[in-house]
Amino acid sequence: MANKLIVAPAPHVQTLQSTQVIMRDVIIALIPALVVSVVVFGWSALGITALSVGACVLFEYLIQRFMVGGKPTVNNLSAVVTGMLLAFNLPASIPWWIVIIGAFVAIAIAKMTFGGLGKNPFNPALVGRVFLLIAYPVQMTSFPAPVTGGIDGLSGATPLAAVKEAAKMGGDQADAIISSLGVKDLFIGNMPGSLGEVAALALLLGFAYLLWRRVITWHIPVIVLGTMAVFAIIVALFNGNPTLMWQLPLFHVLAGGAMLGAIFMATDYSTSPMCTKGCVIFAIGIGIITMLIRMWGAYPEGMSFAILIMNSTVPLINKYIKPKRFGVK
Amino acid sequence: MKTFPIGGVHPSDNKLSKATPIEVLPLPDVVNIPLAQHIGAPAVAKVAKGDKVLTGQLIAEAASFMSANICSPVSGQVTAVGMVPNAQGLKQMMITIKREGDEWMEDIDRSNDLVKECNLSDKEIIEKIKNAGIVGMGGATFPTHVKLSIPAGKKAEALIINGVECEPYLTSDHRMMLEHGEEMIVGVTIIMKAIGVKNAYIGIENNKPDAIAHLQKIAVNYEGVHVVPLMVKYPQGGEKQLIAAITGRQVPPPPALPIDVGAVVCNASTTYAVYRAVQKNMPLIERVVTITGKKVKEPKNLLARMGTPIETLIEAAGGLPEDAGKVINGGPMMGRAMVNLASPVTKGCSGITIMSGEDAVRKEASQCIKCAKCVAACPMGLEPYYLSKMAQKKKYDELEALMITSCIECGCCQSSCPAYLPLLDWVRLGKQKTMGIIRARMAAAKK
Repeated sequence: MANKLIVAPAPHVQTLQSTQVIMRDVIIALIPALVVSVVVFGWSALGITALSVGACVLFEYLIQRFMVGGKPTVNNLSAVVTGMLLAFNLPASIPWWIVIIGAFVAIAIAKMTFGGLGKNPFNPALVGRVFLLIAYPVQMTSFPAPVTGGIDGLSGATPLAAVKEAAKMGGDQADAIISSLGVKDLFIGNMPGSLGEVAALALLLGFAYLLWRRVITWHIPVIVLGTMAVFAIIVALFNGNPTLMWQLPLFHVLAGGAMLGAIFMATDYSTSPMCTKGCVIFAIGIGIITMLIRMWGAYPEGMSFAILIMNSTVPLINKYIKPKRFGVK
Repeated sequence: MKTFPIGGVHPSDNKLSKATPIEVLPLPDVVNIPLAQHIGAPAVAKVAKGDKVLTGQLIAEAASFMSANICSPVSGQVTAVGMVPNAQGLKQMMITIKREGDEWMEDIDRSNDLVKECNLSDKEIIEKIKNAGIVGMGGATFPTHVKLSIPAGKKAEALIINGVECEPYLTSDHRMMLEHGEEMIVGVTIIMKAIGVKNAYIGIENNKPDAIAHLQKIAVNYEGVHVVPLMVKYPQGGEKQLIAAITGRQVPPPPALPIDVGAVVCNASTTYAVYRAVQKNMPLIERVVTITGKKVKEPKNLLARMGTPIETLIEAAGGLPEDAGKVINGGPMMGRAMVNLASPVTKGCSGITIMSGEDAVRKEASQCIKCAKCVAACPMGLEPYYLSKMAQKKKYDELEALMITSCIECGCCQSSCPAYLPLLDWVRLGKQKTMGIIRARMAAAKK
């Protein structure tokens, strides 16, 4: 026989959508938001992203090479994704050394300690961000005004922070701010905030791309944002302020990290449940916790905390929530 | 458009030979006939070395109810009844016949005249099917007379004909439906009579619009025969998936069978074999085999006698491509990789898929990234990533609770894994072990 035949059990076809291709697609999906952040905050946005990506890749490479051993893992591009997401969660004025500390916490502590991609229980970029928020609260909450001008009366404060401040004075002022905000500005990112969270439009573009490439399904993002919207409507009704019934949900879905978190962070494979039913519970949980923190918590924004809290429930969800079995009623 | 409810994948279908008409392969000089080429007990040889046989003559008899007859595909002399290597290179009992001419048994009607009328009783029909040695020709090779003998206390409500051919590359059923559609539908009416049902549904995926149109045109003249176009999704040709797609009923987990939801499923080519057996006395001695692959010179659908060496068929399609790495008996999702190309065409051999170059080699596996694509792909609603992990840890109690015995080994999980993990390898191993444990427990309970 001329050929030596290969013998292996079926199936004999494998998907072209490798881990690397998936991560590459996530990177592509994040590019519109990166472009907007450069437009809104200037070239420093690109610098911070490059630094964060470089540091994440380097930390992963060094840890894998000198501590974990085995085959190199940086070519699966997941460290690049973590780097971009971490940068997107930072203000444009952040000092460079804080970025590196964040990258170290994300990769070394939140990811590689647990065994690398797929084994980390918490979203690495969010662990990095929350660490920085607690360790460097001043730098992490001073937001430069957009070079594009920004919304009047919001200099240096994110819309969520402004609303929180106003709420301390009394609910009416907060409502007044929300009423005055233009949906258009929120949509195109003309407001202070973290690098990647300001432009809902760019993030939605990335969402569409991820759906088209079948990287994620619609469930988690739509349900997280939907839960937040429903929660906001109920709050508006309870407060006896029906004029806010449409503005409040729109404000909460568009402002802050809601879109970035729902589309890119909550959908992180290893830290979200394995079956659709589980994802629904997970997403509702994130929506509710985010709104509880935004409405009554100490921080103006609750998305990161909500995702991390729900991350911790994932093993439990996977254990008790099983997919619908064929033929079982 | 209808389809099954859970999971499924869309591999590129690569139906290279769908427009190539069936071609009759010249008769082979020597045939090897395995005694075990169906599910159940191997047949018992009725001939010995030196015997002269005619084409269509019974050469091995069903050993029990769950077994199947085998008839000679050629005329000539039996040169050996002994151990011959099979497709996997393992030695297996086979009857070897050296062909001399092509002399047929007298009672076989070899004409192409269509015979629509069938006045036999259900018992007589099933007896004829049994005598002809018909088994499921889609690959599972379940003896057809067993399938059509409805157990006491059960009732068939609908006959479902599997014209899905959801395996990529394969086109033998597709060509059979186009070229022998009317005979096939007469076969359907015969089976309806045998199991006493009023309705039959022929499921065909809409990537075969020509077959759907052709059979729909014929079916209007036959009462109770319906053609059901289905959405393209693998593994729709799986028995349970097809029943769910057409009737909306889900067969409960094992040991339940399709008849528990009132369904009997037959492959399209099998119904043609039933037509020929009942109306023409023609035993199952030949079948259409697709020879295909991206680098195969002339992908073909060959009508070959059973026992013909596979390599003869590959030669007829232009020979083995230079960089051929894997020769698969069947399609790429569920077929078995062959070692021995001299092994014979058998009743369940619907195609030979030849993979070349990189396609033939498994990609290097990396770490599970918990993407849940295997869970989403599983048509049985299982958790392949977790089953694979528990199988590696030999946790068979856990595997049973996780319903591993429901696995139909369709390969959706492994083929959609971005980390290229050998999920099904482990699941298959875990399933076998778990089923062994369950059987042992049932045997112990009986004592």
